[in-house]
Amino acid sequence: MPRINSPAELEELRKEILSRRDPHRRCISLCSGSACHAARSREVAVAIQEELKKQGLEGDVELRRTGCHGFCERGPIIVIHPEGICYLKVQPEDVPEIISETVKQNKLLERLLYEEPGTGLKIVHESDIPFYKNQQRVVLGSNGSIDPKSLEDYLALGGYSALAKVLFQMSPDEVVEEVKRSNLRGRGGGGFPTGRKWEESRKAPGDTKYVIVNADEGDPGAYMDRSLLEGNPHSVLEGLVIGGYAVGAHQGFIYVRQEYPLAVENVGHAIETAVEKGLLGKNILGSGFDFEVKVHRGAGAFVSGESSALMTALEGKVGEPRPKYIHTAIKGVWDRPSVLNNVETWANVPLIINKGADWFCEFGTDTSKGTKIFSLVGKITNTGLVEVPMGTTLRQIIYNIGGGIPGGKGFKAVQTGGPSGGCLPESLLDMQVGFDELSQAGSMMGSGGMIVMDEDTCMVDVARYFLEFLTDESCGKCVPCREGVRQMLKVLTRITCGEGKEGDIQLLEELAEVAKEASLCALGRTAPNPFLSTLQYFREEYEAHVREKRCPALSCKNLISYYIDPEKCKACMNCLRKCPAGAVTGGKKVVHVIDQEKCTKCGTCFEVCPSRFSAVKKISGQPVPVGVQQGGRTRG
Amino acid sequence: MDRGKLDEIIDKYDGDASSLIQVLLEIQREIHWLPKEALERVSQRLDVPLSRIQHIATFYKAFSLVPKGRHEIHICMGTACHVRGAQRVLESVEGLTGIRAGETDADLKFSLETVNCLGCCALGPVMEIDGKTYGAMAPSKTSEVLNQYE
Repeated sequence: MPRINSPAELEELRKEILSRRDPHRRCISLCSGSACHAARSREVAVAIQEELKKQGLEGDVELRRTGCHGFCERGPIIVIHPEGICYLKVQPEDVPEIISETVKQNKLLERLLYEEPGTGLKIVHESDIPFYKNQQRVVLGSNGSIDPKSLEDYLALGGYSALAKVLFQMSPDEVVEEVKRSNLRGRGGGGFPTGRKWEESRKAPGDTKYVIVNADEGDPGAYMDRSLLEGNPHSVLEGLVIGGYAVGAHQGFIYVRQEYPLAVENVGHAIETAVEKGLLGKNILGSGFDFEVKVHRGAGAFVSGESSALMTALEGKVGEPRPKYIHTAIKGVWDRPSVLNNVETWANVPLIINKGADWFCEFGTDTSKGTKIFSLVGKITNTGLVEVPMGTTLRQIIYNIGGGIPGGKGFKAVQTGGPSGGCLPESLLDMQVGFDELSQAGSMMGSGGMIVMDEDTCMVDVARYFLEFLTDESCGKCVPCREGVRQMLKVLTRITCGEGKEGDIQLLEELAEVAKEASLCALGRTAPNPFLSTLQYFREEYEAHVREKRCPALSCKNLISYYIDPEKCKACMNCLRKCPAGAVTGGKKVVHVIDQEKCTKCGTCFEVCPSRFSAVKKISGQPVPVGVQQGGRTRG
Repeated sequence: MDRGKLDEIIDKYDGDASSLIQVLLEIQREIHWLPKEALERVSQRLDVPLSRIQHIATFYKAFSLVPKGRHEIHICMGTACHVRGAQRVLESVEGLTGIRAGETDADLKFSLETVNCLGCCALGPVMEIDGKTYGAMAPSKTSEVLNQYE
């Protein structure tokens, strides 16, 4: 492929690519993100290729392996163009029929279509499925039409036109001004205004500056950055080069977790092809601007996603944070001005340049503009990545898009903002989602994780879970975080084990206050949030654990017991055979009994007891009923 | 790990000390742990004190200073998996293998690790063995999966 030496050549190439593409040509796009790989998308791809060959369609039908479509609950997803027929949960066994019926004869396979819950109505097109219909996918939307390994696919959608625009029609100051005017705020956690960060770096003294992509996505339950980097790596790269031009940097870094091998691979490939085409490297598009990008793989440390820690890691040292009396925008990597933004933030930049700050400001609330990608997971019907304008309510996201709570259970809380965030109760479901709104409610935006919890989730255990995570990930440099958070974890563990004492809650509050005020970096300062927010909204659960030794959600192992209701037990042997501790006694036609001494409370019996019997009972805060412990009763 | 292969990895990064983490990652990927001799060679070639290498090798989760088992089990403890019962899955696997998270068994069959999120939350709770993902795990299903591995 020859180099592109001017904006005119770029436009010519784009026209040429589009003229070669027949919009009526059959194309099967298959979701090939990491989540779909786990659901056998690779095998589906192989099956499609083999089947096309077998049925003599090789060359007539294109298979495009795209990035994540977002509806992970129903993956792997395929969309058959030009009609846009969307099949869900496709397995290799379905492929021969898809090719012979749908691709060849335009016949729909009903069983693979989306079925509307309640009405049973089948939906053919992706965009009509409620999960997608209620979203505004400006950043994530292109994922479904791009093969991340194909620069042509990105160019066909207008890729790199924003870069051409800034290099030839805008001064660096104008670029900074445009981003400032858009009010774009950092999508990685803090929500710091991106334009202000850029301006600070641009004005900082020094000739050598850096721009960095933070793809060290560490919040458990959040994977939107991975999906963007895997699915549309050029959009992130284009944003980065624009940022480099704006602040006056000629070197960029992409810091990506090594746990994301596909993202590392796709972004590496994107850099190579962009260099070949003259969209990266020396004299980009003939503008005289030079810019290089290096990929740095992170080796697995949550705290290394913090900006100063990440920059230390880029230098090849241990990724621990340092005090930020001087912003990293002024003194960052090797003490030089460094702008660090999250993947999603960078991916928004080309859109803002192309469509303008005014367009961007049409989305969102007064203080939070644009759209945001959330990763909607946990006890939710439609797990997946959801992109909505800022200001959408939690209820809309969880019910209209997420489809509510599965299994007829009741909603209890939604946790946002990762380990530094908090849990919000049902009474706040009508809150508009935005940076400041979430902070005021005691949580935060974070990178956009949204974990839904139902009535079976114990809120004290959730707080313990996050503090365990943070204790493990604390780098140990400052005392309030290293010791304070550890002590908080100890007390919380005690409470969930049924050994809580009066005064424990106050002790936790005191520890929380110190960690919040005195920790060195954001990890320690926000570590008490999971505890504080659950205490604020679910104090009665804490009190039940401490005072009554009862877990209202029936979740804390040490506070629950299982027993078998002799009236309901049909002596089916299921739990008796499956119990790993050998704690169930009884036999064929003999009612089963759980030996409380032997029971490890693993819950296997509860899980395997057929729902039509529901004989295994779970209780907390009360003794096992007298009488159910006698064996020997027969069941005819 | 032989000296030639090791030098090849170091040379790939031009012996640049800021690439230390990248070099260690490649060694780890190649032989699944970081033997002392390899670290000494890296220290010598990159001109980085061994103490700093130790600091890094113990700080990051990706590195192991002991050999790993033939099969690496990863149990996802991400929030989405946690609320769907990952803890019980972990306890069941610990019971079956006789090792705790972070350990390797005596005949080097299994190594067990917990991870903070594998990012396939729709499938949770998730267990991954040698890169193969098992979704919707439950304590009653773990033994069947583990039995497939020799």
